[in-house]
Amino acid sequence: MSINVKLFANFREGRGKVVQMDYTPGMTAQDVIDHLGITAPEIAALIVDGVDGKVDTMLTAEVKKDGYLAIFPPVAGG
Amino acid sequence: MFGYMGKILRINLTTGVVSKEDLDFDLAKKYIGGRGLGTKLYMDEVDPQVDPFAAENKIVFINGPLSGTATPTGGRYMVVTKSPLTGCIASSNSGGHWGAYLKYAGYDAVIVEGKASLPVYINIEDDKVEILPALDLWGKYVSETSAALREKHPESKVLTIGPAGEKLSQMGCIMNEDDRAAGRSGVGAVMGSKNLKAITVNGTKKPEIANPDGLKAVTKECRTLIKENGVTGGGLPTYGTAVLVNIINEHGVYPMNNFQSGYDPDAEAVSGETLTEKYLVKRNPCHHCPIGCGRWVKSEKHPDGIGGPEYETIWVFAGDLGIDDMDIVIDANFWCNELGLDTISAGATLAAAMELYQRGYITDELLDDDVILKFGNADSVIHWLKKMGNREGFGDLLARGSYRLADFFGVPEYSMSVKKQDLPAYDPRGIQGMGLQYATSNRGGCHVRGYLISPEILGLPEKLDRFELAGKPAWVKIFQDLTAVIDSLGLCLFTSFALGAKEYADMINETLGTEWTPEDLLLAGERIWNLEKLFNLEAGVSPEEDTLPPRFLEEEMPDGPSKGWVHKLDVLLPLYYAERGWDADGIPTEERLEALGLL
Ligand code: SF4
Repeated sequence: MSINVKLFANFREGRGKVVQMDYTPGMTAQDVIDHLGITAPEIAALIVDGVDGKVDTMLTAEVKKDGYLAIFPPVAGG
Repeated sequence: MFGYMGKILRINLTTGVVSKEDLDFDLAKKYIGGRGLGTKLYMDEVDPQVDPFAAENKIVFINGPLSGTATPTGGRYMVVTKSPLTGCIASSNSGGHWGAYLKYAGYDAVIVEGKASLPVYINIEDDKVEILPALDLWGKYVSETSAALREKHPESKVLTIGPAGEKLSQMGCIMNEDDRAAGRSGVGAVMGSKNLKAITVNGTKKPEIANPDGLKAVTKECRTLIKENGVTGGGLPTYGTAVLVNIINEHGVYPMNNFQSGYDPDAEAVSGETLTEKYLVKRNPCHHCPIGCGRWVKSEKHPDGIGGPEYETIWVFAGDLGIDDMDIVIDANFWCNELGLDTISAGATLAAAMELYQRGYITDELLDDDVILKFGNADSVIHWLKKMGNREGFGDLLARGSYRLADFFGVPEYSMSVKKQDLPAYDPRGIQGMGLQYATSNRGGCHVRGYLISPEILGLPEKLDRFELAGKPAWVKIFQDLTAVIDSLGLCLFTSFALGAKEYADMINETLGTEWTPEDLLLAGERIWNLEKLFNLEAGVSPEEDTLPPRFLEEEMPDGPSKGWVHKLDVLLPLYYAERGWDADGIPTEERLEALGLL
């Protein structure tokens, strides 16, 4: 059982586009970013299994088995 | 007079008379400049019921009080006229250098009126202003025109239309410096209707600044804020606006196949990361811009390099057409620039045509066995863009934009537009505030009248629940008003990712010698918004057009992270009208207009 972590923009540097991690019951998004060496202030948007919200709130979300995260640094455009 | 040059240039193409008038400083301060002052000058002179293509219509090219100063991105100009696409007020904004050069020539605005009997261009070099023949340029692509004019006026900046504007396509845009566009609302066709091919400009003057040392200090502060901001100092310079492809897609609001779904599993092929890795040569910044989101790219078809595509352009020629091919996107962007077509509307019209084909309204027979307009058919894009821009065969119908195309078949609901202007790259079902802003935008479907994507998706300045309705009307109003301010100052909207109303007030105060508070600026923004609304009402654009295509109100998003949602405009719109101090029918009240100094 594993989860996919999709990384974008400069979060890909040295990590790649997608990182697969072993799933452990109860693991949160915070556990995932700790593992990847990403800190909360670096994150502008965080999606856990298709759900987005304030980064602080999303970091406490539990990841589903076979689930995914999408993590973005500050990006914008128009 | 500080900040402004104090002169308006008036050019009558019917009589050939050129005159210079003094700028009314009090009026300028009330409406700031650019979009605000341009709208006021235009409205004071033109009947809102005017046919956009009539000689009686006018077109205003106007910079802002900060254009041509050292402020970050201070080089933009605005084109104000009545839109032949929407019938609303059109304020189309462009970067590059042209706006700053107009200031250096000594003018705050150029008002062009009448209609030349033969194609002409206008050459402005300080006090020398000439109307010159352009028969040899008529029919030429944008880069050919610019090159020919640069040969004659080597130091000047060139603004021009392409064949689409000449042939009065409602999607005709105005290009400057080859790859910068006043893209939306068909302003290029208004130039075309006047037989005006181009305007070249150069000058040697500089605006006087009320407090040069103060402006220097504030500019330095603002540049530091821009540099240290994650978006303006990191994401945008590195990846350009294309960096949005993945984040918009991952939220399930990346429109596919004319907004029939909201998630593209293959979006990575056209992402900002891919553009940067495989195609980017260098950044391509506008005047005095420390952000430099503009791209210069190379592809197989364009080995010498060309201006690169923006996010909206990538989406419209990729996801919206069901084709994920960056080479095609780059080529489509090139051809839109050459033909002088607004990329968003041109691509969206192809998308609407593809849906009409999918549903059997457009048939092979109707296309005369020409290339099939079908989602995923990569061969169709450039082929039909050229026919659209040159109005050949079925391309003549395409050149009118998606609304008129779908309406021709009796099914306008397949045009994903508001007030006949095609929507940009965000499905409103999963972004409730953005949908409200689309519906209420004074120039029709548009993202840069109030970029609610910032708080609802990107978390700037704070993350809002994108499905939540409460509070959204207030957010929409403040974003719309602040945007009107930035568009009037002559700065780029992207500065607002790092700067707030306080920084804008500081820059303008040091420039003009005023003592405006951030609240004063926002009030001016609200005044401008209401002025535009008044124009639209007088032009006959009813508040009933403050709506969204039925797809977004009735059909649930079929897939992705926004699955199951429709847009709740019925709830949001009355709250928005109340927030604006308008009556329940969406008409500004006398009380509000009086408070804004509009009565
Ligand atoms: S941020 Fe981009 S669009 Fe804005 S002025 Fe700079 S280069 Fe031009």
